[in-house]
Amino acid sequence: MTSNGLLQIGAYFLVILALTKPMGIFLARLFQGERTFLHPVLRPLERLIYRLAGVRQDVEQRWTEYAASLLSFSFFSFLSVYAIERLQALLPLNPAGMSAPAPDLAFNTAVSFTTNTNWQAYAGETTMSYLVQMAALTVQNFASAAVGVAVAVALIRGFSRQQSDTVGNFWADLTRGAVYLFLPLSLAAALWFCSQGVIQNLSGYIKATTLEGRTQVIAQGPVASQEAIKMIGTNGGGFFNANSAHPFENPTPLTNFVQMVAIFLIPAGLTHAFGRMTGDSRQGWALFAAMSVLFLAGVLVVYGAEQSGNPNLARLGAGGGNMEGKEVRFGVAATALFATITTAASCGAVIGMHDSFTPLGGLVTLFNMQTGEVIFGGAGAGLYGMLLFAILAVFIAGLMVGRTPEYLGKKIEAKEVKMAMLALIATSAAILLFTAVSAVIPAGTGTVNNSGPHGFAEILYAYSSGAANNGSAFAGLSANTPWYNLTIAIAMLLGRFLIIIPMLAVAGSLAGKKRLAVTSGTLPTHGPLFIGLLVGTVIVAGALTFFPALSLSPVVEHFLLLEGRLY
Amino acid sequence: MWKQTLPGLRMVLVLTVLTGLVYPAVVTGLCQLLFPAQANGSLIARDGTIVGSSLIGQSFTRPEYFHPRPSGAGNDGYDGTLSGGSNLGPTSRKLVDRVKATVDDLARKNPGHLKPWPADLATMSASGLDPHISPEAAQVQTGRVAAARALPPAHVASLVARFTEGRDLGFLGEPRVNVLLLNLALDRESKR
Repeated sequence: MTSNGLLQIGAYFLVILALTKPMGIFLARLFQGERTFLHPVLRPLERLIYRLAGVRQDVEQRWTEYAASLLSFSFFSFLSVYAIERLQALLPLNPAGMSAPAPDLAFNTAVSFTTNTNWQAYAGETTMSYLVQMAALTVQNFASAAVGVAVAVALIRGFSRQQSDTVGNFWADLTRGAVYLFLPLSLAAALWFCSQGVIQNLSGYIKATTLEGRTQVIAQGPVASQEAIKMIGTNGGGFFNANSAHPFENPTPLTNFVQMVAIFLIPAGLTHAFGRMTGDSRQGWALFAAMSVLFLAGVLVVYGAEQSGNPNLARLGAGGGNMEGKEVRFGVAATALFATITTAASCGAVIGMHDSFTPLGGLVTLFNMQTGEVIFGGAGAGLYGMLLFAILAVFIAGLMVGRTPEYLGKKIEAKEVKMAMLALIATSAAILLFTAVSAVIPAGTGTVNNSGPHGFAEILYAYSSGAANNGSAFAGLSANTPWYNLTIAIAMLLGRFLIIIPMLAVAGSLAGKKRLAVTSGTLPTHGPLFIGLLVGTVIVAGALTFFPALSLSPVVEHFLLLEGRLY
Repeated sequence: MWKQTLPGLRMVLVLTVLTGLVYPAVVTGLCQLLFPAQANGSLIARDGTIVGSSLIGQSFTRPEYFHPRPSGAGNDGYDGTLSGGSNLGPTSRKLVDRVKATVDDLARKNPGHLKPWPADLATMSASGLDPHISPEAAQVQTGRVAAARALPPAHVASLVARFTEGRDLGFLGEPRVNVLLLNLALDRESKR
């Protein structure tokens, strides 16, 4: 590790720390229905959307109605993406003349973008027309992120309200997130990205004659507009196959730094919004601290592993850090940092190929996803995921001292714990069961790119990424097969809705409860003790569930690498 | 039930128009107006023909040019429509064999340089379109390029130094040399 590498990591963390409070204040104001500095400009647009969609913003919904609205919206989102994909050959803005993707691929992609996963079993520049990229995929980048934030906000209301049978209005939360949060941030980011070299056009692919007289065709497209929301919405679906490693998506180390900040901006801000909206900002900072501990530990492991490089290549005289699958302009440190961020959040954009990481580097990315992406996590999803663990943490603490657990003055009872466990088990089961089956049937093993333990890791990564709604890949796996398209889509659906629905149920249940007064017997949930307990819960739950699978892939691969064994 | 269902459909349509058509159209319009060169791919023209983009790497095999990194984009590398890396893991025999072939090739083409080779020059990038090499990777090729062009090596080295970009803001990313821009400058030098 170099001092400059550590400086990049430290500077990044300080920027996130500095942005958390202002972002949190803005988010809290927005979702409490107060006016923000953007209202004079954007309020008419918000009202127009309500009118066109035929919804009323002021009707409070029970959690069941909130969930039904959300499911309806997500279902039609899925249908819309699927239809536009399948019809792309007949629709305009298709200069490269792409034909329709096959039904299984279109299905997988529609599920993927609706669930904020952005798993891509296709290469953008050879599969999707500009219209699909804009009117199907970019739309879901906005929509799925706004849905995630809406769920987080509904859950926060569960804690902040008392004896209420409602948790807010889904349509208002969705619209406010899209209009006041994601649109202005994306517009600003897109213009700045373009000024730095990210392309934004609707032209056909450009034919160049290289200095040595060869023909080089260069893909084009409306990239900047998608790039911005791809990062801010923690979506991560690249316009091009190489994602943010592609120079047209991420041309300089500076754009790369901004992209990394964009990933954590809203998840970090939401921790503070949580504290403010529940009336005790220390509670938000406690979550922030727990996330930071896990994040910084992860970065250092990945960076150390990648910097130490591949001994097999060092023996050949190609020493130094592991540069296979990394770009020169970013180098080892920034790529390690990005990989940790993108898997800690449910982003899934990449600037380096995780498949070519060292085993220990890959291990951290797997672990980040398998613990449910609660280390800042996705826009909204990270907060409600971490609150799930907070519920488990106070439950475990309650068991230890024999008291009914409380969190923020709300009694955590059987229903809340059952819902949290349902969410945890559903995603873990989706990862492990599909991986186990795929590892023994030809449809699963037939398309791995690497042999030996690394091949198994490719499969494990695919389902971890799907169920965690991450979307990054050990991309050597050729996932565009009916088996993988279907099963990863199922994993994505389980990983999205079997967390959202239980968490909304928790929100509804908590909103109905009274807030208890703090007594000398109350476990404080804003101090180091609770932070340690929360970090421990995340690690133990993750470790107990996934240790055997991880042992079979990155862990054993690490020792084989040291031995010089090849596959 | 229908109370939730119909608004779902209408909201999807409204957001599709707003974020899927209006938003990209506004961004496209503004970018084309404000940053036309960048928005259209930072293309480079020489004598009226487009020779590439300053952001997209291209193949160079002749001795008088600096060579880029090996590329996994398309079968021949640097295919601007097929970005991507090798995705070979660290224990892959294919990876080790490939790097061995690359290193042997480097040694043949750049006699006089002793191991180790700069890591970037022996490995494939993530995009397969990496426009850069490290300053060290340029350095090991300086002798070959100078000999092939009958230029003084110090002259080529100074050109490399001129085209070496530092870290952004002094600490972000890594120092690098844009291969296409450097080779274009070399061609200009040789013509003089």
